[in-house]
Amino acid sequence: MPQLRMTGRGLWITALIVPPLAFVALFIVYPIVSAFAYAFFDWQGLKRLDFVGLENFHTVLFVEPYRSWTINAFKNNVIVFFALMVLQNGLGFILAYALWRELPGARFHRIAVFLPVVLSTIIVAYLFKLFYHPLFGVVNITLKGIGLGWLAQPWLGQSGTALGSIIVAQAWHMVGFPTLVFLAGMQRIPSEILDAVRMETESEWVKITKIVWPLVAPSATIVFTLLFVGAFNWFELPYIMGGLDGSPFGSTDVLGLYFYRTAFGNVSAGQQDFGLGSALAVLIFIFIAIVAGVITTRLRAREIQL
Amino acid sequence: MKTNLIRIGAALSAVLVAAPAFAQELTFWSWRQEDRAAYETFIDTFEAANPGITVKFETFEAANYNTILSTALAGGVGPDVMMVRAYGGMENVASAGYLEALTTESVPALADFAAPAIAAESMRSDGTTYAVPFASQTQLVIYNKALFDANGIAEPQTWDELKAAAQKLKDAGVIPFANGTATAWQNETVTFGLGSSLMGKAFYDELMAGTADFTDARFTGALGEVAAVAAEYFPDGFIGLDYPSAQQLFSSGMAGMFIGGSYELATFKTQNPDIELGVFAAPGKTAEDAKLVGLYFDGGYAANAAGANKEASVKFLNYLASQEFGQAFANTLNNISTIPGVTFDNPLLAEVNDLNKSSIPYLMLAHFRYGEPSGSVLIQGEMQKLFAGETAPEAIGEALTTGLAAWYEPFKK
Repeated sequence: MPQLRMTGRGLWITALIVPPLAFVALFIVYPIVSAFAYAFFDWQGLKRLDFVGLENFHTVLFVEPYRSWTINAFKNNVIVFFALMVLQNGLGFILAYALWRELPGARFHRIAVFLPVVLSTIIVAYLFKLFYHPLFGVVNITLKGIGLGWLAQPWLGQSGTALGSIIVAQAWHMVGFPTLVFLAGMQRIPSEILDAVRMETESEWVKITKIVWPLVAPSATIVFTLLFVGAFNWFELPYIMGGLDGSPFGSTDVLGLYFYRTAFGNVSAGQQDFGLGSALAVLIFIFIAIVAGVITTRLRAREIQL
Repeated sequence: MKTNLIRIGAALSAVLVAAPAFAQELTFWSWRQEDRAAYETFIDTFEAANPGITVKFETFEAANYNTILSTALAGGVGPDVMMVRAYGGMENVASAGYLEALTTESVPALADFAAPAIAAESMRSDGTTYAVPFASQTQLVIYNKALFDANGIAEPQTWDELKAAAQKLKDAGVIPFANGTATAWQNETVTFGLGSSLMGKAFYDELMAGTADFTDARFTGALGEVAAVAAEYFPDGFIGLDYPSAQQLFSSGMAGMFIGGSYELATFKTQNPDIELGVFAAPGKTAEDAKLVGLYFDGGYAANAAGANKEASVKFLNYLASQEFGQAFANTLNNISTIPGVTFDNPLLAEVNDLNKSSIPYLMLAHFRYGEPSGSVLIQGEMQKLFAGETAPEAIGEALTTGLAAWYEPFKK
């Protein structure tokens, strides 16, 4: 094995590697490690007190009221994940297929579908807040206009509709992303395969299930994993549309909001607890890392099988 | 000639170098971005009277102010003088030892402040005061005078008159109350702005004495009445109506009344300079019942215990506690100053100040924000459930009492 001498090439390599390593260590590794450390201490405001071991973890998982808040937020995140899986990724796949088949106007639609992704989340949130407005919102006015006035709802004010309304806004905002990834995957399918299929069948359904879907499996892996991470880190839209408390009464509360409230406090609570907040952050991090890891390996294995 | 120039130059630069040694620069942090111009003027007055001390006013976003402030103080880069919140928000910062304790020796004017104002800026555990309280806010009913006059409505003296007034507005095609409850904290405002007189002072006193809790019929009864009024006289779909929209409904003249804080008065005037406003305390059952407003204190001015210029900071705090400042504060910022003896140019503020004489503290903020879950978070969520028809007043009383028992000693069984 050739020894790396601190001259010439070796020096160059060291000089090039050290700054990015230092950067990663300082801005990624250090914050994660310190959040881990914070979680094991008792805090008074922002002042660190005694080492308390796993007590903070125990509190957020098993002590009321934290226990039911944690469960409620987690449950909502799960709902968000599955709903977006259907609305965002499912619709994304269908849209991608339609665009790929070059239906009339495909060029225009390709841009139209992707356009909302470029918009800032704040803009999307305010736009949909206006759409859902109980008195002046487009949704209610339209429903009343076409004689379906009984369907008009205070969308963001009811526990039954609030989370769903925000999910729809999120799906509208981001559907262009899975569409784009799937479309890129489809365009990579070799034309020989497609020609061969054309000899066998005319059925679109067979084409989708037997050819396209298996061959875009790598794209599916990417969008599924990203959606999972995104769904469990969800913050901006519920924050702007439902508020920090997950209004009404926790029905739009998600782990991100709950973490923020716990660690930094909000005006109505007046309490801030870094220990509990960090414990939550660590739990969220571990959960996402493990599940995302499992999803990725399982889906990778599936790619090969297909 | 040339040597003279050099001499003058040398003298000038010596002064410039030495000047910072005499001048003390204080940094002053606030969350009141919108009051910057007014504070600059107050500071000019102070600087003119105290040569050698300069004050630099810096503002931060209101919602995250406490986080920013505590982070800075913990990191040793905090300001010399700062606005702090009241009650639990103040304790959060003070309990970590960042604030300078104030006494009637260091700030003599504190002796004349009203006791509830001082209490809002003191630790509950030992009664140490950490800030000079600056403003009180009042939860009451604000109404559109023109709409009341046009429909022949007078300020209601009983709960039934209040409902009759709302009915008159509704019949005239005006939304009686503009309020919406999609924004969580508005639920608390509506509950206590409308219900304080129904709950009554006796209930408050017994609650504080530990002889009553939230399952008390006076409290749950008030919640039921508030919910009934909301169902009948709030805008269609009010549970999905957010705070800014509710403000717009009122300031645009589409609604006759708004249950809110005295801080709304300035906002409504800005949104619609032509609007003529009136205020009243929501009445109790009968005309004999005391009409109570919900009163609380907004925050105070505190000094950094680890600040480099503590002497100058305390001097500045003394100015902020003076009647001269209180008067300027009330006149320019249209806020109710807590400083005793201040008079109000603005007749509405004078009226609010009068209403404050018959008040109970804005309950959850003043007494139940010291632990998790806070009374505010509980009442906000529970009232949203009540408005949506998913719970009953008695169940709310139960939920509040058992929820708060997690940390509130008198409720522990």
